[in-house]
Amino acid sequence: MSEEFEPRITAFVCNWCTYTGADLAGTSRLHMASNVRIIRLPCTGRIDPLFVIKAFERGADGVIVSGCHPADCHYTAGNYHARRRFALFHDLMAFIGVDAERITFSWVSASEGAKWRDVVNEAVANVRRVGPFTAYRELIDQSVSADHPLDDEVLAAAAASAPATSGDSKTGDGA
Amino acid sequence: MARIGVFVCHCGENIARTVDVAAVAETLKDHPGVAFTADYKYMCSDPGQNLVREAIEEHNLTGVVVAACSPHMHEKTFRRACDKAGLNPFMCEMANIREHCSWIHEDKAEGTPKATDITRTIVEKVKHNKPLESIRIPVTKRALVIGGGISGIQAALDIADGGVEVVVIEKEASIGGHMSQLSETFPTLDCSQCILTPRMVEAYQHPNIKLYTWSEVEKVDGYIGNFKVTIRKKARSVDEDLCNGCGDCQLACPAKKIPSEFEAGLGRRTAIYVPFPQAVPNIPVLDRVNCTLFKGRRKGLAKDACGKCKEACLKEAIDFDTEDTFVTEDVGAIVVATGFQLYSIGREQPKGLKGYGEYGYGEVPDVIDGMQFERLASASGPTGGQIRRPSDGKEPKTVVFVHCVGSRDPEKGISYCSKICCMYNAKHAMLYRHKVHDGRAVAFYMDIRAGGKGYDEFSRRAIEEDGAEYIRGRVSKIFRDGDKVKVWGYDTLSQEQVVIDADMVVLATAVRPQPGIQELAQKLSVSYDEHGFLNEAHPKLRPVETNTAGVFVAGACQAPRDIPESVAMASATGAKVLSLFSADELEREPAVAIVNEQTCIGCLTCTKVCAYGAIEKKEILARDGSVERVVAYVNPGVCQGCGTCQAVCLSKSIELATFTDEQIYSEINALALWE
Repeated sequence: MSEEFEPRITAFVCNWCTYTGADLAGTSRLHMASNVRIIRLPCTGRIDPLFVIKAFERGADGVIVSGCHPADCHYTAGNYHARRRFALFHDLMAFIGVDAERITFSWVSASEGAKWRDVVNEAVANVRRVGPFTAYRELIDQSVSADHPLDDEVLAAAAASAPATSGDSKTGDGA
Repeated sequence: MARIGVFVCHCGENIARTVDVAAVAETLKDHPGVAFTADYKYMCSDPGQNLVREAIEEHNLTGVVVAACSPHMHEKTFRRACDKAGLNPFMCEMANIREHCSWIHEDKAEGTPKATDITRTIVEKVKHNKPLESIRIPVTKRALVIGGGISGIQAALDIADGGVEVVVIEKEASIGGHMSQLSETFPTLDCSQCILTPRMVEAYQHPNIKLYTWSEVEKVDGYIGNFKVTIRKKARSVDEDLCNGCGDCQLACPAKKIPSEFEAGLGRRTAIYVPFPQAVPNIPVLDRVNCTLFKGRRKGLAKDACGKCKEACLKEAIDFDTEDTFVTEDVGAIVVATGFQLYSIGREQPKGLKGYGEYGYGEVPDVIDGMQFERLASASGPTGGQIRRPSDGKEPKTVVFVHCVGSRDPEKGISYCSKICCMYNAKHAMLYRHKVHDGRAVAFYMDIRAGGKGYDEFSRRAIEEDGAEYIRGRVSKIFRDGDKVKVWGYDTLSQEQVVIDADMVVLATAVRPQPGIQELAQKLSVSYDEHGFLNEAHPKLRPVETNTAGVFVAGACQAPRDIPESVAMASATGAKVLSLFSADELEREPAVAIVNEQTCIGCLTCTKVCAYGAIEKKEILARDGSVERVVAYVNPGVCQGCGTCQAVCLSKSIELATFTDEQIYSEINALALWE
């Protein structure tokens, strides 16, 4: 293989445990794969499963969802809601043809910088093994004409004023 | 159209070493909606912050993205800088390109594209940020303390001394709690009543303290700063204003053989009674369950069977026909200090607990629990402080103390350590040896937990100076054998069976929360653990707060606690309450959920997932006053901003102001432009 496939992974993490744990990985200078982009949320309970689907739609090859350990949730129980939600969602993803290895669900506390590094590296290795995620993009490409590629559309939407985007972002445009 | 300023920080070499900061700024410059970009050595320095401020004014920026360190580090700094320049602080966000990028990657080939992506996602988020204002909530500067034991008394005194009115509710006839029952306290052997009674009187006489005894919490409405508490004043049958505490009614009462709760069943009381001579207030209550008159009324007798107390009362303070009454108090904060009960080890057990029938408690009269021993050792107790065993009043010459009865025994339903028993067993052994010089004190223990100032020295003193025999091991069976109590045990150090013919056995039974704590917790929307102890907001950093804002916990209602810990917690709640009351209005970050009433379908799924009880049903009325629609309403004073409601909202009608769907989808969309 001349050039190794570099996966794109979107991580949805809670502010109090995993985001802070990732901060700790930084302050501890723990080097890790650079394939993950973090989106910060207050709590894993805030994560709508549609975020994950949207991330795949927008070109992610893998997704990480990570929050506080059970019983450690900053908001008491948000991570339990997330856990239940993703237990179901995981099966749904398999059903619609997304390889389970593309989704990593983990607990990383604010003191587990090293664990965050391991979660990142493992997720990258797993996704690298299953290869690029193209199914969704192919599906969408069929419905978007060739001279109007997806990225342009995104840019246009992003540049437009708030009312114009609010409608389509909420319903998940292109879906 | 958004006009965003992007400020990329070098952080000296911390970021610049592995991220080409100028290139990040250059790339973002052409991003739609970005009006200005700059990079600077130290953005958090004064000149750096000035750069942000000047750019806001000069370029009329509507949003600011600072690509630098973690928001946990400097978000506040830059939001303040924006505020000073006249830009709403919530229009500023941090892109974390240090902790999450420059520090964890090898070189610029990795760092620069990732930093660009991170910054771009935040730019997309800020485009959808909205100016937010801090939430202000008025505060009623009065506090409620539930429970009048040492924790409640201490909390009330601290708050009242701070110049704030306090309402104290006590379900018993007197304040004082369990501490008033104790003989002496470890590790100093201070007389418990001697140090407690002055506090009780001080609380009673304090101009800022309003005391409701023989009362319970009926209902709690409202939220932090604005609670409305309904208090049930149980029918006392004695007018508190008229009664002067002379005690004539008690002398007249013919029902004299009711087991006294205060004496842990070892003493007797009358039906109209004060629990103990030093009771505060010194006003009796009439126990309607055991009163001859009320027994007669329950049987349907035409004429009252008794009435001697009323005849004896010269103040005419006794009224048999009073009913429970209800009062409402407005308070801004609540301290829960309901304390504990001892695990009753006899046959009848609460759900989930298996009991200790093999220890004969309740069947063998000379098997007693720790609180009963306290009463035997107390100078004001039923034996006047002499150690006499309950069955025949003889002085026991061999006393066995059993540690961990119920505690640390998951098989029997309680896994936790009750914490106070090691110390009070050492104290009991000591007190016994001080009073019965030729007596033998034997303690069966699992291990000695004497963490605390002077505690280990104290338990050693019991063994080394006062000659208590400590045997490491458990007791398997306790039963009556003639006039002796046979104790079968095992010494795990010498690995031998031990059989002791004891005269009395004292069981250190587990500390459990008060009965009814679950119901109270539900009234307060406070969570509790599997054993019923109330949960603190954070086990380390917020030990006296609960997850319901404005409700605090002190003492043994939260976990087994000894007196110094309870008092320390109580004072901590006092400090929390006073700091809460230091301003006329509470100011809170506007990171709360808001309901769109136009689209809300009123399914109220959100109310079920809210851990704080912050969401309630709201009725929208038509002009004729009929209910037109039901929607959810988020109380901004209670909402903590987790956003769990938003993820479950079926109609997408509830939105967390700082993490809206729009913001997050924009971030996800921006990642389509992955470098």
